[in-house]
Amino acid sequence: MSEYVIEMCNITKEFPGIIANDNITLQLRKGEIHALLGENGAGKSTLMSVLFGMYQPEKGVIKKDGQPVQIKGPNDANRLGIGMVHQHFKLVHNFTVLENIILGVETVKGGLLKMDDARKKVMELSEKYGLLVDPDALIEDITVGMQQRVEILKMLYRENEILIFDEPTAVLTPQEIDELMNIMKGLVKEGKSILFITHKLNEIKAVADRCTVLRKGKYIGTVNVCDVTQQEMSEMMVGRKVNLKVDKEPAQPTDVLLEVKNLSVHSKHGTKNAVNNVSFQVRKGEIVCLAGIDGNGQSELVYALAGLEKSEGTVILSGEDISTESIRYRNTHGLGHIPEDRHRHGLVLDYPLAYNMVLQRYFEPKFCNKGFLRYDEIFSYSDKLIEQYDVRSGQGSKTIARSMSGGNQQKAIVAREIDRDPDLLIAVQPTRGLDVGAIEYIHKELIAQRDAGKGILLVSLELDEVMNLSDRILVMFEGEIVADLDPNAVTVQELGLYMAGAKREEV
Amino acid sequence: MDKFLKKEGTASFLSAVAAVIMGLLVGLIVLLVASPSNALAGFGMILTGGFSDMKNVGQVLYYATPIIMTGLSVAFANKTGLFNIGGAGQYMVGAFAAVYVGVEWTFLPPVLHCIVAMIAAMIAGAIWGLVPGLMKAYCNVNEVISCIMMNYIGLNLVNLLVRQTIFDSARNQSYWPADSAELSKLGFDKIFVAGATPSSVNAGIVLAVIAGIVMYIVIDRTKFGYELKACGLNREAARYAGINEKRSIVLSMVIAGGLAGLGGAFYYLSGAGAGIAITEELAAEGFNGIPVALLGMSNPIGSVFAGIFISYLKVGGQAMQSLGLAPEIIDIITSVIIYFAAFALFFKLMLAKLSAGKQKTNANAEPVSQNAKKGGTA
Repeated sequence: MSEYVIEMCNITKEFPGIIANDNITLQLRKGEIHALLGENGAGKSTLMSVLFGMYQPEKGVIKKDGQPVQIKGPNDANRLGIGMVHQHFKLVHNFTVLENIILGVETVKGGLLKMDDARKKVMELSEKYGLLVDPDALIEDITVGMQQRVEILKMLYRENEILIFDEPTAVLTPQEIDELMNIMKGLVKEGKSILFITHKLNEIKAVADRCTVLRKGKYIGTVNVCDVTQQEMSEMMVGRKVNLKVDKEPAQPTDVLLEVKNLSVHSKHGTKNAVNNVSFQVRKGEIVCLAGIDGNGQSELVYALAGLEKSEGTVILSGEDISTESIRYRNTHGLGHIPEDRHRHGLVLDYPLAYNMVLQRYFEPKFCNKGFLRYDEIFSYSDKLIEQYDVRSGQGSKTIARSMSGGNQQKAIVAREIDRDPDLLIAVQPTRGLDVGAIEYIHKELIAQRDAGKGILLVSLELDEVMNLSDRILVMFEGEIVADLDPNAVTVQELGLYMAGAKREEV
Repeated sequence: MDKFLKKEGTASFLSAVAAVIMGLLVGLIVLLVASPSNALAGFGMILTGGFSDMKNVGQVLYYATPIIMTGLSVAFANKTGLFNIGGAGQYMVGAFAAVYVGVEWTFLPPVLHCIVAMIAAMIAGAIWGLVPGLMKAYCNVNEVISCIMMNYIGLNLVNLLVRQTIFDSARNQSYWPADSAELSKLGFDKIFVAGATPSSVNAGIVLAVIAGIVMYIVIDRTKFGYELKACGLNREAARYAGINEKRSIVLSMVIAGGLAGLGGAFYYLSGAGAGIAITEELAAEGFNGIPVALLGMSNPIGSVFAGIFISYLKVGGQAMQSLGLAPEIIDIITSVIIYFAAFALFFKLMLAKLSAGKQKTNANAEPVSQNAKKGGTA
């Protein structure tokens, strides 16, 4: 019997022009939590796709309990007992918890579902592993943390032995993260083996036994987590020294730049307001962060400020009431917006990069003469931004945005918005999908904007980012601002309580 | 060669050619089934009929004129992500407006008369495009449904108006437009002639080609085109950029309608002796714009060539009548060829897939969105 339940030995997977996995070895011991650490584009997803048979590697073997196996597709992987909790849950929202768990592996008798057996099994499992869920609740009615438990139960119901968690903490509150960590520890105690994909070093420190680090498709090494510091792990991941803490001077806020009074946005679903009677200010020279769990009205609030969604209430920018002004007017009068969803709002994916770089400026005399676009100007401007912000793409300004990697798409948007030099920059998750180096760069850039007297409204789900970058934290819960906090005077745990609605202050 | 294959334009052209060849082969099979003894001779006529004499070359251009216009109409709306299936209605109301002006406003001097008739046709077609455009932009009514409705409203309204205003009971159709309203022959009747019979080709084809070139410039080079395409490719991003997407949708449909309406004017002002007949059928020229645009890959210049190609098949088909084949069979064969030709997009995707195996692909590239695919096939 081999020491390892699953081994991926010397895996090489090439895509034309790119070696996504270059001779990577990953060995998962029975009963351990093994972290897979790497930046975006390091090859983590490719490696997992190989494990699930979505890609066939050019070189290398996969062994289960020491025996080489062929994995030709997800069904093979499932048969070998490998299961995965995806970053974006794969659940049917109008089905109950129980129905979701048995989906695809229903036990039937004469064409009818045998729900009672399934229910019994699910209840047993949930008790055994401390995964308390209501089997009859609809998925759409339960919290994200609960949904994740359903995903875990799905794997357990299928009697998977090897559980893969793909960035499982991205959508959770600090309290829920703690609970998840406990669940993971409980699972390995019962003999399961866990592969934990993440780029959050403190979580690795907290639960993982060993950690395999990938960088740019290459295998860097496997370490015992207890033997290394977070700093050392981050250096392995990035390949150089990185500053985990953002350096910044205390803010010197001056005049009020943005004033929001009694802003409400109707919800698309149901009768409740997505944003309910919110008032706040952003002053010049400060970074105000809107923290909160995804879906508590931050997106709607930003859409309302940008004019993308109808709202009630008053929005005053630089002393001017812009509540009823058009999107174009706001864009050209000092509002910049790094949108949450770069594919939906930020880019016209089938346009070349150069066209995307002038998305809000193409009509300016610099880029447009008597109704005709000035190609030379547009492309040379785009080339300048590409150079200055290190946006990488196959064919420079001519590259179709769709063919670029997510991180570079994001960089292009950040470059465009900062270069427009807005008075108020609304940055929604500006570093999502970026590697540590680029995150560092964008953080510095945001601070530079702040120090130049601009106001920044940052919306972020990453608590590290919230704590590091902001000068003031506004916590949103169920469409309302429930706290106005000083990041230096609040702990992450406390912040988590506000985010979960367990605590609120009068603001 | 690799570079040549990779170019977007080349891929479009190659796939259109592949689609046409497939269509012709299937057409041959249909012909073999329908009439084995005449099949090869008939097929030869389809292929060469359009070139058999100078008059037929002229006829190819003549029949191509209206379908180039309706093809441009469909292609233009497609750039904004809209499917203009209302070409038939826009074409008919345009035709009526042109003929009405041509018949009634004889006080106008020759060239001006023709120009006013064309402008009237454009306005009428534009109004027929405006209605679905407004409904799409402000009430989110699917433009396909409203366009189809507008087709029938247009058809019956034209029947009614023809009967009440410019009805020639002797021919059971409208009067013919006055000579002063006819499009100039530009001397084409001296070039495209067989024996003593000249072809009906006229200035319309020149104007249609100019329309194609102008549209190409508008779409590709102007701010307006930038906005329209942005709306078509990603409406949400267009809004985010501050583009008035409702205005773009409405304008796109208005222009599409105007183009189709102008197609109606070109056909009925040709001086070929045609009045608007009272009919219960939607104008075929309106619908033929759809295969023209598809075969032309929604590219204005491509649509011009596609229109000429489809018209060429029509003339070739007419030549087959000398073999005693029923006109219906000829229609079926030309339809089959057009039908397959419209698969050009499918061949393009196949080509892309084939070359994707060899070329470098970015593992991080975003998958082609549903929307982009729809934009192409719609």
